[in-house]
Amino acid sequence: MSDFKGILRLALQALVRNKVRSMLTMLGIVIGVAAVIVTVAIGSGARVSVQQSINSLGSNLIVVQPGSVTSSGARGGFGTASTLTPADGMAIAQLPGVSAVSPAVTVRAQVVAGGNNWQTTVTGVAPTYTIIRSWPMASGTFFTENDVNDAAKVAVLGQTDVSELFPGGQNPIGQTILIKGVPFTVVGTLTPLGQSSLGTDQDDTVLIPYTSAMQRLTGQTTVSQLMVSATTSDQIAAVQTETTTLLEQRHAIAAGQPDDFQVRNLQSIASAASSTGAVMEFLLAGVAAVSLIVGGIGIMNIMMVSVTERTREIGLRMSVGARGATILRQFLTESTVLAAAGGVVGVVCGFIGTFVVAALAKWPTQIPIEWVVFSVAFSALVGIFFGYYPAKKAAGLNPIEALRFE
Amino acid sequence: MATTAEPVVRVEGLRKVYALGESQVVALAGIDLEIRAGEFVAVMGPSGSGKSTFMQISGLLDNPTAGNYYFEGTDVSHLDADARADIRSRRLGFVFQSYNLLPRTSALENVELPMVYAGVPAVQRAQIAHEMMEIVGVDHLAQHHPNQMSGGQQQRVAIARSLVNNPGLILADEPTGALDTKTSEDVMRIFKELNERSGITIMLVTHEPDIAAHAKRIVTFRDGRVVSDALREERAA
Repeated sequence: MSDFKGILRLALQALVRNKVRSMLTMLGIVIGVAAVIVTVAIGSGARVSVQQSINSLGSNLIVVQPGSVTSSGARGGFGTASTLTPADGMAIAQLPGVSAVSPAVTVRAQVVAGGNNWQTTVTGVAPTYTIIRSWPMASGTFFTENDVNDAAKVAVLGQTDVSELFPGGQNPIGQTILIKGVPFTVVGTLTPLGQSSLGTDQDDTVLIPYTSAMQRLTGQTTVSQLMVSATTSDQIAAVQTETTTLLEQRHAIAAGQPDDFQVRNLQSIASAASSTGAVMEFLLAGVAAVSLIVGGIGIMNIMMVSVTERTREIGLRMSVGARGATILRQFLTESTVLAAAGGVVGVVCGFIGTFVVAALAKWPTQIPIEWVVFSVAFSALVGIFFGYYPAKKAAGLNPIEALRFE
Repeated sequence: MATTAEPVVRVEGLRKVYALGESQVVALAGIDLEIRAGEFVAVMGPSGSGKSTFMQISGLLDNPTAGNYYFEGTDVSHLDADARADIRSRRLGFVFQSYNLLPRTSALENVELPMVYAGVPAVQRAQIAHEMMEIVGVDHLAQHHPNQMSGGQQQRVAIARSLVNNPGLILADEPTGALDTKTSEDVMRIFKELNERSGITIMLVTHEPDIAAHAKRIVTFRDGRVVSDALREERAA
């Protein structure tokens, strides 16, 4: 007898005859596969959410930051040099491959609206900022070039600030808010963006014209950073190089001298973050795979015991006409069915576990289908691999000795 | 295929030698024997006489060291394990002292087992199994598991199992060894009826003269040789 269906039936009968033992044997694989699914789901969910939040900053974004200053031999960090000006930004905007440039002047400030006040980040930007960040308006309008030229006292609010400053739900448009005591008129609100990859609330912000920020809040002629958007992602590298060359010229930095600015693109940050995520994911999955192998050894262990315990049964099967190969296939099928069933149950447990983690810890999760397929296939392979030796042992038994076995 | 002229079992100069460490143990020292279709032969002898070895070789569980064995006219002296398994599957039935039923498995499934390996379709398997259980009087126990049956009932199920492939020879190895006298008589009556009514050839291995007395012919082994081979008079009913 060599038909697969018949062998499968024999194997299933043998497994059903020992329900409790079959289930305990499966447990190792179930836990292994569930662990793989949950860890991969968490790892890959984290990676995807990091990727998304980085992309939400603008995937073609290049950020120019001031460099560090060295005073009395002590080097400050990036941003301690105040060298970037709006004029630098305008020069960069002329470069080929640049679609938009916006200066950014960042100030922490207490903002007051009527009886409410709130500490928030006030950022002075150009109207191009919404294009660079791909950040749509929720209501009202963004301020214009004219507002920038006039250093107008107008402001656009992020959703967090809308709810903190206008908790009663009244329309903020047209209302006056005080930023460091300077009155600004709210002209628009932004759609919610949610948390950034670093966990900061991106909606906790007030946008005003950068000229207003410089003249009315900081009193400085320099900006915190320049945000540059490349037309396409292919041009990011070229724009980065040209920006560096241009700024070295404008800042009169001799060749070989350290730059007083730094040009970074978010694509490289994004890919670094996502490759870190991938490494983590593989590490976690590797640890989980080890538990799968341990589960496989559990199967081998039980199958060895089973072969010894069922020696007489094997002898009987041989005496009524089972060939060695048939016995081998039956035992191999038993271990494979155990492992594969454990894999399927493990996937189900993994889905449940992932759901629970997502619900309780509020972590982003994502179950990649290829890992589901992989872990079931891998557990079936574990069953075949670790089932082969016991099955071979069973098939090699001498029927006479097997029948006599006590 | 067997012809009526060919004996079921014909052995010539059959020898079996086991290596036991350095020394060698001669289990069969040259056996010449024929068992014809329809015979009911009891193989007797003390332990170590070679009767079990003879049964194992006759049952194609093992190959002889020397000599020839013709089963239903075919030389089977040197078959490999798979070829022997195939003949066991199609032409031989075994009944053991310890029944050897699969635990936690219904009587019906136990009886069906040889047909599973012979590749008989499921519907036919159940039908034949029920027929054979009917013959030995255990069909009402079809759904019982071995641990729910008495020794005599288990041995009847085992006999039904040995019948399902319509074997040319049934080998019964001490089939009453684990049974009380009364049950032993019942089991022997079944063998006798199978032999007389259905003409099934039976080789019975036993060391009990009372049990051997049910057979038509008694072959006695001693030290690996046949020391007596006699037909016995039909016992008064």
